[in-house]
Amino acid sequence: MKEWRFIMAEHRGTLLAFTLFIAMFVIYVSNHPAGFTPNVVQTAANKGVILALVAMAQAFVVLTAGIDLSVGMIFVLCNCVGSYVLGGAPGQVGLGVCAVLATGLACGALNGLIVIYGRLQPIVTTIATGAIFFGIALWLRPYPGTIPDFAADLADTFTGKVFGVVPASLVFLAAVVLLIWVPVRRSVIGRTIYAVGSSEMAAYMSGMPVRRARFTAFVLGGLMAAFGGLFLTFFTYSGEASLANGDNYTLFSIASVVLGGVSLYGGRGSAIGAIFGALAFRAIGDLLFVFDLDPLWQPLFQGLVLGLAVTFGAARLFQIRNRLEMFT
Amino acid sequence: MADETALFRMEGISKRYGGVHALEKAELNVHAGRVHAILGENGAGKSTLIKVMSGVVAPDEGRMFLDGQPISFADPASANRAGIVCIFQELSLIPDLSVADNIIASNPPTRFGLIDRKEQRRLAEEALAKAGGEDIHPRARVGDLPLSRQQIVEIAKALARKPRVLILDEATSALTASDVTKVMAVLKRLRSEGMALLYISHRMHEIAELADECTVFRNGRNVESYEQGTKTDNEVVEMMIGREYRHVFPEKTPLPPSDKPPALEVRNLSWFNKLNNVSLDVRAGEVVGLGGLDGQGQRDLLLALFGVLRGVTGEILIDGRPVTVKNPRHARSGEVGMALIPEDRKTEGLMLPMSVMQNLSFAALGQLSTFGVIDRAAEKKRIDEMIRLLAVRTASTDIPVSALSGGNQQKVVIAKWLMISPKIILLNDPTRGIDVGTKQEIYQLLRKLSDEGAAIILYSTDYDELIGCCDRVMVMYDGEIKTTLAGNEITEHALVGSALNIGTEEREAGAKPGVGA
Repeated sequence: MKEWRFIMAEHRGTLLAFTLFIAMFVIYVSNHPAGFTPNVVQTAANKGVILALVAMAQAFVVLTAGIDLSVGMIFVLCNCVGSYVLGGAPGQVGLGVCAVLATGLACGALNGLIVIYGRLQPIVTTIATGAIFFGIALWLRPYPGTIPDFAADLADTFTGKVFGVVPASLVFLAAVVLLIWVPVRRSVIGRTIYAVGSSEMAAYMSGMPVRRARFTAFVLGGLMAAFGGLFLTFFTYSGEASLANGDNYTLFSIASVVLGGVSLYGGRGSAIGAIFGALAFRAIGDLLFVFDLDPLWQPLFQGLVLGLAVTFGAARLFQIRNRLEMFT
Repeated sequence: MADETALFRMEGISKRYGGVHALEKAELNVHAGRVHAILGENGAGKSTLIKVMSGVVAPDEGRMFLDGQPISFADPASANRAGIVCIFQELSLIPDLSVADNIIASNPPTRFGLIDRKEQRRLAEEALAKAGGEDIHPRARVGDLPLSRQQIVEIAKALARKPRVLILDEATSALTASDVTKVMAVLKRLRSEGMALLYISHRMHEIAELADECTVFRNGRNVESYEQGTKTDNEVVEMMIGREYRHVFPEKTPLPPSDKPPALEVRNLSWFNKLNNVSLDVRAGEVVGLGGLDGQGQRDLLLALFGVLRGVTGEILIDGRPVTVKNPRHARSGEVGMALIPEDRKTEGLMLPMSVMQNLSFAALGQLSTFGVIDRAAEKKRIDEMIRLLAVRTASTDIPVSALSGGNQQKVVIAKWLMISPKIILLNDPTRGIDVGTKQEIYQLLRKLSDEGAAIILYSTDYDELIGCCDRVMVMYDGEIKTTLAGNEITEHALVGSALNIGTEEREAGAKPGVGA
């Protein structure tokens, strides 16, 4: 076989997600009354990037064959924290950004520590910690609100356009991919994240840093969710402890990860796939808009697309010769 | 008797699992530039020995020396750092990573803190070439490779760590003949380069070709070490069997001749390359054993009969009628009347957190319910009967199965299937990890069931069990039935000999006279 075929096979899920997104996006802009203009792209990007960041958070954990049901709550908590600290003089705002990110890191670290040292399943752990994170968010912001000297200029920079053309949020997303995802993917820890999801026993037998990799996955998940929370604050200028938001983002992040070709059994896929999965998932709502359908149809269509994607992924079951393997 | 010239030395190593001694005061000396073969039956302690050597399990007592210095390992990684690398029988490859990623798994070359993929690729290709796998693409996903290629990758992975002591645990068992020749050449070259090799294999002719020194293990102890070539195969088999404690087996009742068709007849059963033209018959009231080394297709045969496998070809006849067993549900129905006592009771046989009563009723719920409603009184009565019949020691039928001892759990698995009064009973190594007392009860039960007219197929890795329980034994090798032993022919000697397939291989190779039965 040729080199490129192996590369194709390795990135199959990501490429499929990319194709799906491009197809949906082309349909979207060609039917949009305003067409392919920077403003249309900017609006679409801003809506997509937040989910893309949360989906990346989910992808890190899912790659280790775990699941993080607290990502949405970390995201909401960071939004509420942000609505208090992102204000004042430039130096203060800088510290505020750090505080938001530190919140996410701490939440991820807590999840990781409980899962690794408490030996609890990620699903139970993150349901519990998610409730705690939401509780704190609610305590911080019982009612939606913001601080008087909110750094609206900074917020506008991040949600605006670079050189009047490229949406700044996309530039930011690209930077996150280049500065965080790519180095992690190419480090021993990143490789171990995949190995743990693929076969934890074999990873241990191979002398790989299994625990550190699990921990890193949760911590980076927390950080990504914090980026998402930061962006939400930039968009809305305020913080809101919204239960619906937290739950939706958790579930949508899982849907995005699946659409993006990341295997829920772990070990396969990439955070880049998850990004395209998230953008495609968001595009469903936009498509309904340009075709003048009632937005109430949105959940139904999102469900259909997700169902089709999952069916596609289950095709492997037809190749199984020993029925006992279906259950593993 | 410390051997000061040894590169690696083990002294008085013991390891217990529960009450079972896996290793008892084992000794071993490994020398640089030599191939040391380890021989022994299934369960003789070989696997535990190498797990201790390679840092997977810690010994309960005993000492290890490398270069004369005492050494101990916290995990496999520290053993690797010391230069002891093991190629395990169960692969240690990560299926979703590429070949190159797997070969250089734990400490890849880095540049600026990131993995240097070019350099890694070069190292991987070098290791693959050394292991005789130049044809394997370093970018291929390991899980997509056939098993024999995976095994070559595994060897390359071990070589990439530049080991001083290389342990091969049944490393050739998945390889084709041409691959074995390649691997042999590789190993001989490594030996000439001064590496110490520890070679564990059931294939006697490979040991004859490769080994310089052999050690025989039995019941967790090293029985004897000798220079290769100083003992005949006959003597080696004798050492492996030894004088052992024999379990008390119930009297076998001879079957009166009958012209009724056999309860189960199988003709030319094949399943991809795992089962090849297996034909056998079991009459009502007969216990037929499946023998041979672990993993020669016995388990697949039982699963094929029970309707678990897809793509099985050949014929299955029940009481002379051809039947296609569609799935386990069909297998246990009245038409077929088959039960399979699985090997791994924890995952395939029991729902551990559920109660003894619930576990017992699962298979028989259809017979105990009318219009989908379970008849509680009938259920209770039937279960009490079973618990008495098998003497399951449980405080109550309402406690979770996980609270019972291993032996009693296995009884629950058996009882669960007896609830449907099967005509054909398949057992997959039912007494593994069970205490002697319970074993005897299970043997008696088997005989009782066969006397009552059940046809039984028993796969066991314990030769004593095959000898004591079975009317006939079919020995499998490489997915085929190679030998059928009946009545007094079933001896340990014949079983071990035919399991190693010495007879046929010797004839093929045309070497060494006077081997086997």
